[in-house]
Amino acid sequence: MTENLNVFAVRTLTQKEYFAPGHRACQGCAEVLAVRLVAKALGRNVIVSNATGCMEIVSSPLPFTSWRVPWFHVAFENTAAVASGVEAGLKALMRKRRIPRKKIISLAMAGDGGTADIGLQALSGALERGHDMIYICTDNEAYMNTGIQRSSSTPFGASTTTSPVGKVKMGQITWKKNMPAIAAAHNIPYVATACPSYPIDLVQKVKKAAAIEGPAYIHILSVCPTGWRSAPELSIKLGRLAVETGVFPLYEVENGKYHLSMDFPKLKPIREYIKLQGRFRHLTDDLIEEIEKRVQKEYEALKERAKQGV
Amino acid sequence: MGKRVGMEVSIAAAEAVKQCNVDVVSAYPITPQTHIVEHLSEIVANGELDAEFFCVESEHSALSVCVGSEAVGARSFTCTSAQGLALLSEITYIVSGLRLPIVMIVANRTLSAPLSIWNDHSDAMMIRDCGWIQYFVENGQEVYDHVFISYRTAEDREVLFPAIINMDGFTLSHVIEPIELIEQEKIDQFLSPYQPLYSLHPDHPVTMGAFALPSIFAETKKAQEVALCSSMPKILEVWKAFGDLTGRYYRPIETYQAEGADTLLITMGSFGETASVAVDQMRAEGRSVGLVKIRLWRPFPFDDFKNAVKGAKHLVVIDRAVSVGGPKGPVASEVKSALYGMEGHPAIYDFVAGISGRDVAPIDFIKMVDKAKIEIEEGNQEGYELYGVRE
Amino acid sequence: MTKPESEWTWKELPVGNVVLEPGNASQYRTGDWKTLKPILNKDLCIHCGLCYIFCPDMAYNLSEEGYFIADLFYCKGCGICAKECPTGAITMVMEEEEK
Repeated sequence: MTENLNVFAVRTLTQKEYFAPGHRACQGCAEVLAVRLVAKALGRNVIVSNATGCMEIVSSPLPFTSWRVPWFHVAFENTAAVASGVEAGLKALMRKRRIPRKKIISLAMAGDGGTADIGLQALSGALERGHDMIYICTDNEAYMNTGIQRSSSTPFGASTTTSPVGKVKMGQITWKKNMPAIAAAHNIPYVATACPSYPIDLVQKVKKAAAIEGPAYIHILSVCPTGWRSAPELSIKLGRLAVETGVFPLYEVENGKYHLSMDFPKLKPIREYIKLQGRFRHLTDDLIEEIEKRVQKEYEALKERAKQGV
Repeated sequence: MGKRVGMEVSIAAAEAVKQCNVDVVSAYPITPQTHIVEHLSEIVANGELDAEFFCVESEHSALSVCVGSEAVGARSFTCTSAQGLALLSEITYIVSGLRLPIVMIVANRTLSAPLSIWNDHSDAMMIRDCGWIQYFVENGQEVYDHVFISYRTAEDREVLFPAIINMDGFTLSHVIEPIELIEQEKIDQFLSPYQPLYSLHPDHPVTMGAFALPSIFAETKKAQEVALCSSMPKILEVWKAFGDLTGRYYRPIETYQAEGADTLLITMGSFGETASVAVDQMRAEGRSVGLVKIRLWRPFPFDDFKNAVKGAKHLVVIDRAVSVGGPKGPVASEVKSALYGMEGHPAIYDFVAGISGRDVAPIDFIKMVDKAKIEIEEGNQEGYELYGVRE
Repeated sequence: MTKPESEWTWKELPVGNVVLEPGNASQYRTGDWKTLKPILNKDLCIHCGLCYIFCPDMAYNLSEEGYFIADLFYCKGCGICAKECPTGAITMVMEEEEK
């Protein structure tokens, strides 16, 4: 909440950009904004392994790159494995004195499909092996790069090209997979959720993840105007509403202990969030109420965990 | 002369990986490759090799970890078989496109279904076109030697391609053979530490793995293909240097009693040794039969192969994989395309033999030569059959 | 300047198609995607930098006078800056209305 009060806080961030302009992301893409902020937070001593997806495509059309730091794309489902290899290779080379010893962060980045679906196994393996790396999931809640197909991270009720609204079905019929909880179940030292609508919070979490030894997982909600069928200028507002309605709470799990980054005595009505998005246009009052109940229940459970410090 | 010791071939392979001072080993267990990984993990656990060792959650990740480590400049190793190779096959094409000189041993095994853990070449044939240098070795000594040869060749600035050492599962991986070990000083002389042309490091930020639009993709593939074919002189040069070091000289195509022979058996992998016994027997009977062994599968040594079979009337190709619905066995189709348009080229009879590890003894090679002779003389110039199948 | 992909021959490509010039995508103009462009009313600007930090296209730079100004070479006209400006100092106007 402090963030909203102090609009000048952003002036404390570095003006250096490690992700260059001229990238080909859509108008109002909050995912690319998240990537920009992550790059800002980590600075130059990083090696980025990027899964196939929007961020890979918009930033690396041969012979061009938006990246001013070393960047690597291999495939869709193996980013966590690649980033763990980067970490392992650096470790071996430094130990064997073949390259100078210094802190170089191995960062893995993937979308929700590359994380919660096809990349889950490689991610679980890398987290279990305990590599000193950061894994960032930029979650725009569907396969946007291939044309808005549903993923296991698509929220209930959302219409996508493979969870369309039909005569008998009302969009996505399953509830969003809880990726941060899955990451936390690996007993890694740091898990957090973030959203570029709260840039200072996001940058701080990324810096914290970088400072921690061992695997860190950050799940970033990334508003996608193209896939969510929302106005491009609303991308920041929508991210804020996702947090304020309890749809996407901001929290950290440090060594297993939950901590809410910002708490709301009263959540905003979910309708405020839903009504701005074409993907939810078809939802009936009953369905909106069902979603709201579930969101509230999960938010309360999260709050309880944070209160009990477990 | 190095020490000659009896050891399991998988252990010899692991020892060679150790002697290459590999930085990262990442693998997933699969029969019949397991002994290599097990022994490597012991070597690392005993501090005999200073490497990061990971037994990861799948073959796909095993190679992916190596891709990450190789890209930062660390010498990386993995090994697999059959289903594991199938699972990681996606990444093999990417590794060669990225020009990362990873070395991988494939303990060749049958691809399912039905599930079979035994040996043939169906796994290797699946990734025939993946753009790696691909060796097929014949015995334990060749496995051991080719680990050094592969790293030196692959990491050469004029090559920069990954390499696969195909060794027959069980037939080689699980047998004890006399292996002449090379002194470490000699290895250090032969193989310098890896110095990547480009690597991922913040001091010189590069982008690796950019995507290509149709307007530039074809150029990237041409560059890759030309580079692999142009690496042939280096492949030969490294073999020569290795021969000068150890006295063991290797060539892309090896011949045995082939000079002036009317009939030539064509084999790849460990069948070469069995076939040579059959050739000796047939020669003793006064028959004009020789043997041609393909050691380098990719880049395919077309010229060497043509020279090796020049003058022969019959070629009896022994394939170890079925190309279902395709142009018969994969080695035979390679042979045919090598000889296409060659004046007076020999008749080619193709047997698929010993799939899923079914035993093929010297007598079987003799039977195949006999059968081919009859068929060819009866006018069947392009015969094909699965040898020894019960009707 | 890196030449466009359609002008590269196969012989010119670096080994493994590595891109050797960091951030060379910055020569690519994304500014012509827009229909609306941001206009800053300097009288209302409080120099907070929200326009700068929320811009997904890194279009905003700090000028010598201390204002964040959108570089129209990159600005795609999404309108986030105008929406998020706490004082309403930025308005989006049609490009052709420019005077």
